[in-house]
Amino acid sequence: MAVNGAVTWLRRAEEIDGYDLSASDSEEVHVLAVDDSLVDRKVIERLLKITSCKVTAVDSGRRALQFLGLDEEKEANGFDGLKVDLIITDYCMPGMTGYELLKKVKESSVFREIPVVIMSSENVIARIDRCLEEGAEDFIVKPVKLSDVKRIIDYMTMDFREGEERRGGINKRKLRDDGDDRFSSSPPSTLSSSSPTAPSNWILRPDVSK
Amino acid sequence: MNIVNQLQRQFLDYSTSLHREGFVDEQFTQLQKLQDENSPDFVVEVVSLFFEDCEKLINNMASALEQTQGVDFKQVDASVHQLKGSSSSIGAMRVRNACIAFRSFCEAQNRDGCLRCLQQVTHEYSLLKNKLQTLFRLEQQIIAAGGSIPGAD
Repeated sequence: MAVNGAVTWLRRAEEIDGYDLSASDSEEVHVLAVDDSLVDRKVIERLLKITSCKVTAVDSGRRALQFLGLDEEKEANGFDGLKVDLIITDYCMPGMTGYELLKKVKESSVFREIPVVIMSSENVIARIDRCLEEGAEDFIVKPVKLSDVKRIIDYMTMDFREGEERRGGINKRKLRDDGDDRFSSSPPSTLSSSSPTAPSNWILRPDVSK
Repeated sequence: MNIVNQLQRQFLDYSTSLHREGFVDEQFTQLQKLQDENSPDFVVEVVSLFFEDCEKLINNMASALEQTQGVDFKQVDASVHQLKGSSSSIGAMRVRNACIAFRSFCEAQNRDGCLRCLQQVTHEYSLLKNKLQTLFRLEQQIIAAGGSIPGAD
């Protein structure tokens, strides 16, 4: 079931000995944006599109779970065509907060590998820490700017691109021999210490330190 | 100076004054930069959504504050919080600042204070609406005269 590109990445990496650089059917990063504010959804959608992402914007944590097929009360609608590469969610939402959504995603064996970024208008250290501890990849203080979105998307695709440049192009054998020095580059300071997330359309050796 | 240049000059001066007077801040400029051939009406669209949001939220606050049996300050605060968020997202600085003051009165459960803040927020909203509509009109005039909007990267 090709529901989640990140999961496919892990499974295939375990099966394949070394690197397999097959691109999936979609080159674009697909982002699921969650925000109860219509104004904010419109802005985040534009920011993501400008960064060349495919966007699905929903207005609640509940709808986000339904889209992923995780909502207990509704059957998964078999909509497994569009894998989600990143979830970006507002923290303060009526009903399910972004934090609760984060927990539900990280509790799911199928979806826990999807990076989740939290947005909040309140720059509260305790809140940020709690989210990062729960597995959030990053935390953006609103209002969201283009540089925030670029940073996150660049980071998601950075590791592979750096590796590619250093080795002068895609070469299976060379990549394997060079090891994973690519993973030693330090991520931006706000990111948690979990391993970098490879873009879902490239299959790479998993970071064993995770 | 031909008509396009005149209009562009007017647009730039007006834009600058909006920033100087605090009606809009850097976030508004950010949004303008997100507008391009693929999304030529982006700013107008977001601002329209914002105005609709404003009106809805202001009405919510007004009815909540009118409750003679007892004001649900949490409800008022929730609406103010939402308005603060969306005004921040589009760079409507004065509206946002009015919301910040409003929230403290909600917290203090001060009905009179809240009513004054509601008046202030409503006032800032209508000022901003006026200003931005003028700005958009200038843009339309420039385009109609065959020019392009200055400042677009």
